[in-house]
Amino acid sequence: MRRIPANEQVRVSVEVNGRVVTGQAESRTLLSDFLRHELGLTGTHVGCEHGVCGACTIRIDGDIARSCLKLAVQVEGASIETIEGLAPAPDSLSVLQQAFVEHHGLQCGFCTPGILISLDTLLRNEPNADEMRIREVLSGHLCRCTGYTPIVKAALAARDRLKELD
Amino acid sequence: MKPAKFDYICAATVEDVAEVLGEHGADARVLAGGQSLMPMLSMRLSRPQVVVDITRVPHLDGMRIEDDHLFVGAVARQQSLAGVADLATRFPLLSQALPWIGHYQTRVRGTVVGSLAHADPSAELPLCLVAMNGEINLRSPRGSRRVRAEDFFKGTMLTDMADDEFIQSARFPVAKPTDRFAFREVGRRHGDFAIVAAAAVRDDTGIHVTVGGVNDVPFRRRFDGLEVHDIGDAVSELAAELDTRSDLHASAALRRQLVRSLASDTLKEVLS
Amino acid sequence: MNSDTLNSDSPRIEDGPLVTGRGRFMDDLPVSVRTAQMAVFRSSVAHARIARLNVDEARLLPGVLAVITSREVMAHTAPLAVGIRVPVECWPVAVDRVRYVGEPVAVVVAESRYIAEDAVDLIEVDYEPYEPVMSIDHALKADAAILHDKLGSNLCSDRSFCYGEPDAAFEQSDHTVSVDVLYPRNSCTPIETYGIVADYDAHTNTYEALTNFQGPFSIHTVVARALKVAGTQLRLKTPPDSGGSFGVKQAQFPYVVLACVAARVAGVPVKWIEDRVEHLTASVSATSRQTTLRAAVSSEGRVLALDWSQVEDVGAFIRAPEPATLYRMMGNMCGAYDIQNLRIRNRIVMTNRTPTGLNRGFGGPQVYYALERLMQRIAVELKLDPVDVIRTNLIRSEQFPYRTASGGLYDSGDYQLSVDEALRQGGFGELVTRRNAARREGKRYGIGTTACVEPSVSNMGYITAVLTPEERAKAGPKNGAISTATVSVDPSGSVAVHVASVPQGQGHRTVLANVVGDELGLDAAEITVVTELDTTRDGWSIASGNYSSRFAAAVCGAASIAADRLRLRLTEVAASQLNVRVDEVRLIKGAFSCADDATRAISFKRVASTGHWAPGTITGDGPPPLRETVFWTPPELAAPDADDRVNSSLCHGFIFDFCGVEVDVDTGQVTIDKYVTMHDCGRVLHQGMVDGQITGGFAHAVGAAIYEELAYAQDGSFVAGTFADYPVPTSMEIPDPVILHTCTPSPFTPLGAKGVGEGNTMSTPVCLANAVADALDVDDVQLPLSPTNILKMMNVAEPETSTPAASPGAFASRPIHGGGSVTVNATPLKIWLMLLDPQTLREIVPGCHSVDRVSGTDFVAHVRFGVGPVSGDYKVEIGLFDLDEPHSASLVGNATGALGNGSGEGRIELKPVDKTQTEIVWEYGAHAGGRVASVGSRLLNGATRIVMNRFFEALGRQAQDEGSPSGAEPGSDNEPETGLIGRALDRLLKRGDS
Repeated sequence: MRRIPANEQVRVSVEVNGRVVTGQAESRTLLSDFLRHELGLTGTHVGCEHGVCGACTIRIDGDIARSCLKLAVQVEGASIETIEGLAPAPDSLSVLQQAFVEHHGLQCGFCTPGILISLDTLLRNEPNADEMRIREVLSGHLCRCTGYTPIVKAALAARDRLKELD
Repeated sequence: MKPAKFDYICAATVEDVAEVLGEHGADARVLAGGQSLMPMLSMRLSRPQVVVDITRVPHLDGMRIEDDHLFVGAVARQQSLAGVADLATRFPLLSQALPWIGHYQTRVRGTVVGSLAHADPSAELPLCLVAMNGEINLRSPRGSRRVRAEDFFKGTMLTDMADDEFIQSARFPVAKPTDRFAFREVGRRHGDFAIVAAAAVRDDTGIHVTVGGVNDVPFRRRFDGLEVHDIGDAVSELAAELDTRSDLHASAALRRQLVRSLASDTLKEVLS
Repeated sequence: MNSDTLNSDSPRIEDGPLVTGRGRFMDDLPVSVRTAQMAVFRSSVAHARIARLNVDEARLLPGVLAVITSREVMAHTAPLAVGIRVPVECWPVAVDRVRYVGEPVAVVVAESRYIAEDAVDLIEVDYEPYEPVMSIDHALKADAAILHDKLGSNLCSDRSFCYGEPDAAFEQSDHTVSVDVLYPRNSCTPIETYGIVADYDAHTNTYEALTNFQGPFSIHTVVARALKVAGTQLRLKTPPDSGGSFGVKQAQFPYVVLACVAARVAGVPVKWIEDRVEHLTASVSATSRQTTLRAAVSSEGRVLALDWSQVEDVGAFIRAPEPATLYRMMGNMCGAYDIQNLRIRNRIVMTNRTPTGLNRGFGGPQVYYALERLMQRIAVELKLDPVDVIRTNLIRSEQFPYRTASGGLYDSGDYQLSVDEALRQGGFGELVTRRNAARREGKRYGIGTTACVEPSVSNMGYITAVLTPEERAKAGPKNGAISTATVSVDPSGSVAVHVASVPQGQGHRTVLANVVGDELGLDAAEITVVTELDTTRDGWSIASGNYSSRFAAAVCGAASIAADRLRLRLTEVAASQLNVRVDEVRLIKGAFSCADDATRAISFKRVASTGHWAPGTITGDGPPPLRETVFWTPPELAAPDADDRVNSSLCHGFIFDFCGVEVDVDTGQVTIDKYVTMHDCGRVLHQGMVDGQITGGFAHAVGAAIYEELAYAQDGSFVAGTFADYPVPTSMEIPDPVILHTCTPSPFTPLGAKGVGEGNTMSTPVCLANAVADALDVDDVQLPLSPTNILKMMNVAEPETSTPAASPGAFASRPIHGGGSVTVNATPLKIWLMLLDPQTLREIVPGCHSVDRVSGTDFVAHVRFGVGPVSGDYKVEIGLFDLDEPHSASLVGNATGALGNGSGEGRIELKPVDKTQTEIVWEYGAHAGGRVASVGSRLLNGATRIVMNRFFEALGRQAQDEGSPSGAEPGSDNEPETGLIGRALDRLLKRGDS
């Protein structure tokens, strides 16, 4: 049984995008705040802090999670993937990212990191996901700019391209 | 929107959890998937002195079939239901309700037991547990006890759990091949809590409908011996019997209409 | 310009960083290490006097740097200026009185946001409630509470306008058709909320604020005046990326003032990132509008005159740039129709709701909802085809440029062609067949149509139409719409563009690179575009910013003029270097060359760098060609004239929409089967972005039409404070619209483009409403088209049942109500005495820490209420009245605490069953406000029921001394058996002791 008193700062070590990093957190520090303000990974965005908008979606130990619904101290020793880790190299894009660019799947780009993490996870787990399934998964995210139409197009294009490459 | 201060305890064993709850009672809150508690902490609606994280307790994430029941451990995720072998034939109601439980993203993290413990009157899993005659296995420093689903839910976010108790597991009975189940729900958007949800069951004990989203707890009503041509009257009586209220998502009149419509649809399905 | 290359669908240069998590949004940017965080303490009640505000404990909390109240704010600022002269002071914090839920009352500056929120929890306030005014009807009532005493009523403006001869037209017409509609409150809710970092330099008395504000920068003047500094002493900067705005981020300027004051008082830079509950509760809303619109109509469906009566709800304050929502459409109040007789009455009222401001569509949704409902009603009442009614009244192509009755000047269009093409390409005939087939199957299927004119590039002078011509003459003319662009070359000959456009995702950089590249014969990839704005460093003017869909028409236009000027100057340089005449020089693909000998060429970079390296070689007048800054304003945007005619917008696009919807009569759900939207937005500069604006605007419109409402309870509580309760539609709710285009370039804009960002928020809500009206065959439609409202519109009687309808009870009108009964082994007198005894009450009230008698029948208690995981400490004041010892009593109560506030009333009756037994019967009605109502209204009835039942069960238990209750009966609440309540009570008491 590990206890972190309310007034203490503790070190949290976690693997993020393949590198082990360490930061300070209180027991109440939200993981979204820890990633952004302690680890400097500002690509994960905060849109509602109550688990509805999906902007802060990341992967923890391979499964998606709203980072606003996790405490930083809960991920000690875990492996996290964020939007910063999706591209294969600094000057290139993943198939999904490229499809978003080609199909105008984003406008302001604020909700985009969470959406990319969800769709990347979906296409990994279900490479044959159909439009309905993509829309269903996408419905866990709110986008106010695009009307979703171009996002769905981008996801379908990425799915087809990934299948070609496979 | 940041949580107030609390002590964080990462429990290593079930005994740890019992010990913390025994010591702190209602001042402690159990954290599993976090889909309900975390927003409440961030909005400071909930201000426990202690948050006890049970996600690292071994063996609590189990989901297996034993004694003709689906045994669901305290931190087993909602999404894991999808992986249960023959879910559609052995647990038809869970299979039908699963797509209505939140979103893909919340099902991956949200736990079955967490939803039961939270006891939101509009949530699907409490409705299923009541409709299926499931059971809750409670644990405390004083020991363990089993509570039947219909005795467990007591009000809005209120259950039969004492302050030093937590749900160690829930059990959903396997359906017999002759049992019939039907589920319908209407919400504002896909993935929202239900405005009204209804589950009809026909088994060798009779016919009943359970309604969620209306009363403070899932409301079960027996319709034994019901014939198809009586459904209209039966669901009208049911709608009048319920405590339908207006809120920003639905008027009382709409709730009654939905009760009639969804109860009728589900009854027709199990009677056909 | 070369339109073929311009209308590309090129990938956006913005996207690389945005899809890889390298965006530079407000909360991503580095700040000074000294920066502290701000949190806002907000009103939990709609309308009250602040009797007491105690921030002492908050100030003492370790980590808190400052707590700022109205005292500090008033010491350093002046009220926020407004466009109309009324005795209403608008401060960024409540002064003595709160007027809407969420109104800032104090702000805390602390080392972290977590600590700042801890301190906010320690602030205590006592309110003396006033009657809340929650609707337009109520605000206009003679006996309504008045929000601003000096105003004398809640009506702050009432102006009438008359154009042509409407009275004669109504007299001579065959028919009069009218609609009475209410447009509800909603907001476009960008996913990134407001954000500010403010700092103050005491030595120069200068404020600096970095904020994701979106303009218009006329607001800069408002903020500077409020801060009592010269404009140049307020340096306003914007971050490179902004996470959506749709008008909404205009309204963060009061917080800019607050953050600036906070930085000054705290002596450190202060950062504030608004949270979602704050945003939904108190950022801004579109206006709600009550409209009565009458038309004089001929038997053929020709509209001869319109008579508008609009009442606008601007919320608790009239805040800049309001009342602009009401006047933005002033020049196009007859929409796409040729109607020259027009009467308008515009009234503006204040209510106890969040102040309003810019929101995508800005006046358009409200106007077209009335106008296009009216056109549908004309068709129904005169038994005409709705499309024919639209066609009959459309302005004809030969009439352009067309001067409207109220002074608008429509630039271009071929409305008939657009309608014909929409019907043909969109498959209107098939849709009618589909509807008829669906109806034969018994389905409720309807078709809606709408024609709209989409105004863009607002005239900064239209707002002055709210003033009388005399007032305007006194204030001096206001007009125009300056857009600013700078195109420069650096010593390497590279080209950079800067505009004062402040985009929030519209791809301005990509389009500008295309526009300027096109002018300069360069690839878009060779052009660097900067769109963040710094008011101290950059060119800007009051119209700067991103609103009124002004980018393509005005900002791109200004950039193309700047690029053109630079090109001409550079061509002169090239001509001199090539030793030919200027008209013999061509600029193609990065090189200047001779028209008759392409081999005689000199690179663009070489020519462009000449001004830096060898200015002495450049002949001609003026400075070397290094930079061209253009301030462009169209001459068409004149100030309102003496007859109140005003050209409120420069461009007028055309939209024709039609749709098919099915209404599920069992569930009240509306499904959009097909939606076709035809746009003429002039020349399209980038197809992907135009279509993105259409799909995005469409989604906002579907949200506004079917799902969203910034809802308030009768008592003034705000009840839509989360994304669970403000249901923004998802990918499962939004269908793909069919998008069609026609093109009549605008003769008034440099590139022929018109705005396209807002059209569907104007056309789609009413198109869907018309379809629902058609499906249900109803006269009146209420937005949003939620299942509740649909059911109400269908007005179907409920089936009779043998179960008697539950008695609504005396308090059924209250949002929270209930009752119950319990029979106990005690006499009425004994119970009576207990109810009046503080000591007993302390013991039996669940979670009670103390009870004190203030007077004979008034008590004050400190109680912890808890239901499930939710709990909070409250101060409860209870007064008893109508005492009929020992039979009955009435009580009123008020509770205030960190989670919000509540008030209620109740009635208790003690009915003797026999000599030893008494039945206690209770009934209550209540409301709850503040945070708990904003985020949890769905669960309040159930939670209250638990608390009430716990109390009475406990009373019963106590009354019996020993022994168990003789049996509780479920009240109207279907409350479960008593054992539970007892256990719950035990829990609460135990917790109270621990």
